[in-house]
Amino acid sequence: MKTNRERFGLALIAIALIALPFVLASVGTAWVRITNFAVLFTLLSLGLNIVVGFAGLLDLGYVAFFAVGAYVYALLASPHFGLHLPFWVILPIGATVACIAGVVLGAPTLRLRGDYLAIVTLGFGEIVRIFMNNLSSPVNLTNGPKGINRIDPFQIGPLNFSASDSFGGLVFSGPIKYYYFLLLVLLAVIIINRRLQDSRIGRAWVAIREDEIAARASGINTRNIKLLAFAMGASFGGIAGGMFAAIQGFVSPESFILNESIMILAMVVLGGMGNIWGVVAGAVLLSFVPELLRYTVEPAQKALFGKLLVDPEVLRMLIFGLALVLTMRFRPAGLWPEMRHRRELDQDRA
Amino acid sequence: MDTLLQQIINGLTTGSVYAVVALGYTMVYGVIQLINFAHGEVVMIGAMVAFSVITALAGSGLPPLVIVLAGVMAAIPSCMLMGYLLERAAYRPLRHAPRLAPLITAIGMSIVLQHLALLVWGRNPLAFPQIVDNHVFGIGGAAISSVQIVIILLSLTMMAGLSWFVYRTRFGIAIRATAENVDVAGLMGVNADRVIAATFVIGAGLGAVAGVMYGSYYGIAHYTMGFSLGLKAFSAAVLGGIGNIAGAMLGGILLGLVEALGTGYVGELTDLCGWPIAHGWLAGQCADGGNFVLFGSNYQDVFAFLMLILVLVLRPSGLLGERVSERA
Repeated sequence: MKTNRERFGLALIAIALIALPFVLASVGTAWVRITNFAVLFTLLSLGLNIVVGFAGLLDLGYVAFFAVGAYVYALLASPHFGLHLPFWVILPIGATVACIAGVVLGAPTLRLRGDYLAIVTLGFGEIVRIFMNNLSSPVNLTNGPKGINRIDPFQIGPLNFSASDSFGGLVFSGPIKYYYFLLLVLLAVIIINRRLQDSRIGRAWVAIREDEIAARASGINTRNIKLLAFAMGASFGGIAGGMFAAIQGFVSPESFILNESIMILAMVVLGGMGNIWGVVAGAVLLSFVPELLRYTVEPAQKALFGKLLVDPEVLRMLIFGLALVLTMRFRPAGLWPEMRHRRELDQDRA
Repeated sequence: MDTLLQQIINGLTTGSVYAVVALGYTMVYGVIQLINFAHGEVVMIGAMVAFSVITALAGSGLPPLVIVLAGVMAAIPSCMLMGYLLERAAYRPLRHAPRLAPLITAIGMSIVLQHLALLVWGRNPLAFPQIVDNHVFGIGGAAISSVQIVIILLSLTMMAGLSWFVYRTRFGIAIRATAENVDVAGLMGVNADRVIAATFVIGAGLGAVAGVMYGSYYGIAHYTMGFSLGLKAFSAAVLGGIGNIAGAMLGGILLGLVEALGTGYVGELTDLCGWPIAHGWLAGQCADGGNFVLFGSNYQDVFAFLMLILVLVLRPSGLLGERVSERA
């Protein structure tokens, strides 16, 4: 049972999250968009966390599933093929296609050692990107490097997510509507993750992560359970991809490069593999780092040297790389380790 | 021009570069079972250092061969130092950590090195200064350039040298003993730390030369070149059987050939107009010598990955490798 104090805390957090976009919008709509992308990357991190954190399978091509979801949405809701399906039809399709992609990739590779899996997933991510780049001939499927634009925004009845509405004096701009939608999805994903973690499947994942042979000896069908982790992680990636396409209104292979996979991995690793709240914190932290850099490093350099010496984009990748290295060196369980890890560490100390 | 022979020559050239890079992966993997993700970036930095030195000396009036040699001689120690530092700073502290930890560190180091190179050399590719006269010889309807001949010969020499070192010297025995069993090798008086550091340094030195060869073959060096080159070389190492030195050489050359032949013929093979079954519904498209190519040569980079996946599925231990357990 939750105590009254905890309930009060949760209520405060909920109110803060609901009020957040209006506070941000008063600073600038750009910040609402930035927050939306932070939530989107939190979703992706939670999806990758199932694969890397729970099941201990290093997936370096996770962005491929994100890409599949985004392209499914783009193809089914844009003038490219003249299809305009509603989003509640497309998102499940995107999740399913991504899930199938996950199983197709996972089935032949999951019986391999962990580090081979990392390389194969990396290669898979590249293959998906190369195909997206080149499938514009002989039949124009993806429109090649130019990408697909004029993608439909979400539409619920008369409510269009790209337009502004006002209710009771409050202006609900497009990004604010997406924010609430993303928040709902995030809430659902967190609840699903929590339930999964404590379920039979979740415990099976952890067992495989800790010792695969022992897990198999305990009667776990390791191949199917690993495949399930892959499929679920991929589906979450697919859903996030669909929402990404709608929010951006534009997709191109540029958005799905290896660096994105690394970035999502850095979020999971820094926050604490396997710990849902740690992953959320890691994703939020690393999502805002580039924005902070843009607002501090750029003016600081211009003031000091009169010109831009270090591109904030480069600095961002340097920080992600260093975050991976330093986390593994000094806090291998992440900044906010999972309880189970912590308990193990305490036992060692006793 | 004879396409088959030409593609074989091209494949041998890139294949021997892959083989030399693959040696770096396979030696490290053989000794500590780590995929040194950052190896591709070390190769890239070797090319960048050499290109910078060559460009700087290009106007000095020295003989071209001396300039190129100076570039290579600058790249080798830089990369060796980098390999040593990588092992010392990033991997050694994690030697007894869970498997995932050093792998994640390796990815992190790869990103860091790539972006440091971007800071130093910028976003634009460095061009190989036109100082060496690249003579082209014709053989049997195909062409082979002097650069290609040098690359193939140099790679073979380096592979022979490494084989001699690993199989015929005292230190080579120490390396193989460590690969076999670190603890027992330690009991026999082998300093494991030194052996592990040495595999990184040797691999990086070979990688530096490979980077220069690769860069001079394509005429440019770029901060992202290490990524795909590294991935392909790793695929080559897996193809031959990772941890196996002869396997890496074989795998590299095979991969180069598959890639070159695949790129050369994929357009022709997947042109549906050449398939009798497709004639009915593609009649309009195929009329007047038209074509309907499913996959063109722009899919070049896919071959290495497909090959990697195929090998891992069909024969995970590689062509020359011993059987590896599913999980260590």
